[in-house]
Amino acid sequence: MIMRNWQVPLEENLLEGHVACQGCLGALAMRLMLKGLGDNVAVAIPACCWTIISGDVLYHALKVPVFHTAFETAAIAATGIKAGLTMRGKKDTTVLAWAGDGGTFDIGLQAISGAAERNEDIIYAVYDNEAYMNTGIQRSSATPYGAWTTTTPAKRPEDKPKKDIIEILAAHRVPYIATVTPAYPEDFLRKVKKAKEIKGFRFFHIFSPCPPGWKMPSDYSVQAARLAVQTKVFPLLEIENGEKYTINYEYPKEVPLEDYLKLQGRFKHLFKTPEKIEVIKEQIKKRWEYLVMRHKLTHGTTDNIVRKVFYK
Amino acid sequence: MSFKKVLTGNHAVSYGATSARVQVISAYPITPQTTIVELLSEIVAEGKLDAIFVNVESEHSAMSACIGASAAGARAFTATSAQGLALMHEMLHWAAGARLPIVMANVNRAMAPPWSIWTEQNDSLSQRDTGWMQFYVESNQEAYDYVIIAYKVAEQVLLPAMLVLDAFVLSHTSEPVEIYDQEKVDEFLPPYEPKFAIEPGKPISYGALSKPDTYMEFRYKMQKAMEKAVDVMEKEMNLFNEMFGRNYGLVEPYMMDDADYVIVTSGAMTSTARAAVHEMREEGKKVGLLKMKTFRPFPFKKVREMLKGRKKVAVLDRNISFGHHGIFYEEIKSAMYPVEPKVPLYGYILGLGGRDVTVKDIKEIYEDLVKREEMEEIIWKGVKL
Repeated sequence: MIMRNWQVPLEENLLEGHVACQGCLGALAMRLMLKGLGDNVAVAIPACCWTIISGDVLYHALKVPVFHTAFETAAIAATGIKAGLTMRGKKDTTVLAWAGDGGTFDIGLQAISGAAERNEDIIYAVYDNEAYMNTGIQRSSATPYGAWTTTTPAKRPEDKPKKDIIEILAAHRVPYIATVTPAYPEDFLRKVKKAKEIKGFRFFHIFSPCPPGWKMPSDYSVQAARLAVQTKVFPLLEIENGEKYTINYEYPKEVPLEDYLKLQGRFKHLFKTPEKIEVIKEQIKKRWEYLVMRHKLTHGTTDNIVRKVFYK
Repeated sequence: MSFKKVLTGNHAVSYGATSARVQVISAYPITPQTTIVELLSEIVAEGKLDAIFVNVESEHSAMSACIGASAAGARAFTATSAQGLALMHEMLHWAAGARLPIVMANVNRAMAPPWSIWTEQNDSLSQRDTGWMQFYVESNQEAYDYVIIAYKVAEQVLLPAMLVLDAFVLSHTSEPVEIYDQEKVDEFLPPYEPKFAIEPGKPISYGALSKPDTYMEFRYKMQKAMEKAVDVMEKEMNLFNEMFGRNYGLVEPYMMDDADYVIVTSGAMTSTARAAVHEMREEGKKVGLLKMKTFRPFPFKKVREMLKGRKKVAVLDRNISFGHHGIFYEEIKSAMYPVEPKVPLYGYILGLGGRDVTVKDIKEIYEDLVKREEMEEIIWKGVKL
């Protein structure tokens, strides 16, 4: 995570006129992803918010070609596109599968596992807003413990921890896995550029707050994502070949989890059951300890984890 | 130079895909299809076919990979059967809606439960309304030929095509098959030049959201493409016949000229019926045979032409639409509605789950047909009650 001298390409491949909600980090994520990948790109989009965001049949908000495909098929449609382009001599094109958490953690997992196991030469990116937002905020297996959704009402909120998708991918020993969020754009771009040069299956887990789904004002989403990193709800990582773990960043100060939770209406009810907040803290602690252990195994030290205050 | 090779129906399909120079193959094993893609994987591994072979984790993904590849402008191929075809169902709509000229072989196999691996047409006929063209083949030569013909038609009308062959009766039975000179096949079927394909640098979106003010036109165009496909098929079959010495058509009549009674069949059962009709003709019976080669688009005009003025027609269905009738029967009845005077049509259900259909069965159906007075829409042949 190098903060000095980092450069963001000025070229925009996401145009104005897209129809994402205000404050959608899923939109910002696409903008950054395309800045990192350049022009030689083809995108497969399954059913997700982005089915709508990029525009209807008469409009197209991206300056790259997009193939819309069925909910569970992003990974395999991208695989097919890569094969087709390769057979037509376009071997250098980066093929990007761009899906939501429902299409990734749930219905699309089988095809992802297949493509990952075969080490297909594609980038699979999930912009994770932690529920089925496009259908109106239903829980997915990416929904975190304690969260309200329209199918996990406040009286009986989500009672299972979020599925650990990157460990599933790590178990496939894919060449590259990165967790990113548009709230740390320099880290995001660096990883995209790195991934672009790697051959094989690359996976991006993009933390993408959703103001309407998380019940928060639209200007909170970047802050929510930063707090997620600072509170270790969403650590910024890289996993190479399923073995080499790198924690990219640790916020040098202790930030209470409550700061993250209280931004969002979806966790409002939790403050009546503080023991549930403790459950989440315990989950975060265990996960962090595991990651630190893996980082140490890889690097022999944790001193190389960047610990600076970049953003408050 | 063309040469003859003794091949199973499945291997004839593999050779067909090879002659058609498919570029991306994606498949998942299922009996009785598996040997099609086994041989293809060998052919690709040996470098005899320049293609990418994707070993996927399900038929749903096999079709989705073909969709991606075809959308990127490559000639894509897969093969399946029964449960596999049913699992693909969602993506069959996708392939057709995206107007992708994918070709697939489906080896007809009965749907479970109870488990069966033997021939029956319910798997492919259940996909009737997906927007796929369907060809039912009778022999291994046809299996080989129709891979090539299917691409030629599909790439002109931009709709996917399925060739359908019977489990075991064709798939695992060997017959001599003429494999054509590659140059001649290339002349008939030149490399695929996609009109529309994903091109890096060209910001086009495919299959985006279509609101009520635009959706209907997409469907209208699909129907128009299907209607056009009838003529394209005829044209291409004629050209194929000329170049390769075959006698293919949308429907194929046998001893029909002066036939009072007609037996209508599809698939491998046709060969049995042909033998029966031949024998009955020698006995002086005025019976003919009509083989249905194409099911979608449905050859209305040809069927009307062929069946008009006959005394009685028996439609043999190795399938059933539960709560209705045999599916070819339904379709033929609908085609014959405007024809006057009315031709009595009799629907026979037989051979389900691979039960054998013999020359004797066909002769008995003929005798039954002649005797009947009232039109019967559903007559079970060979069911043990």
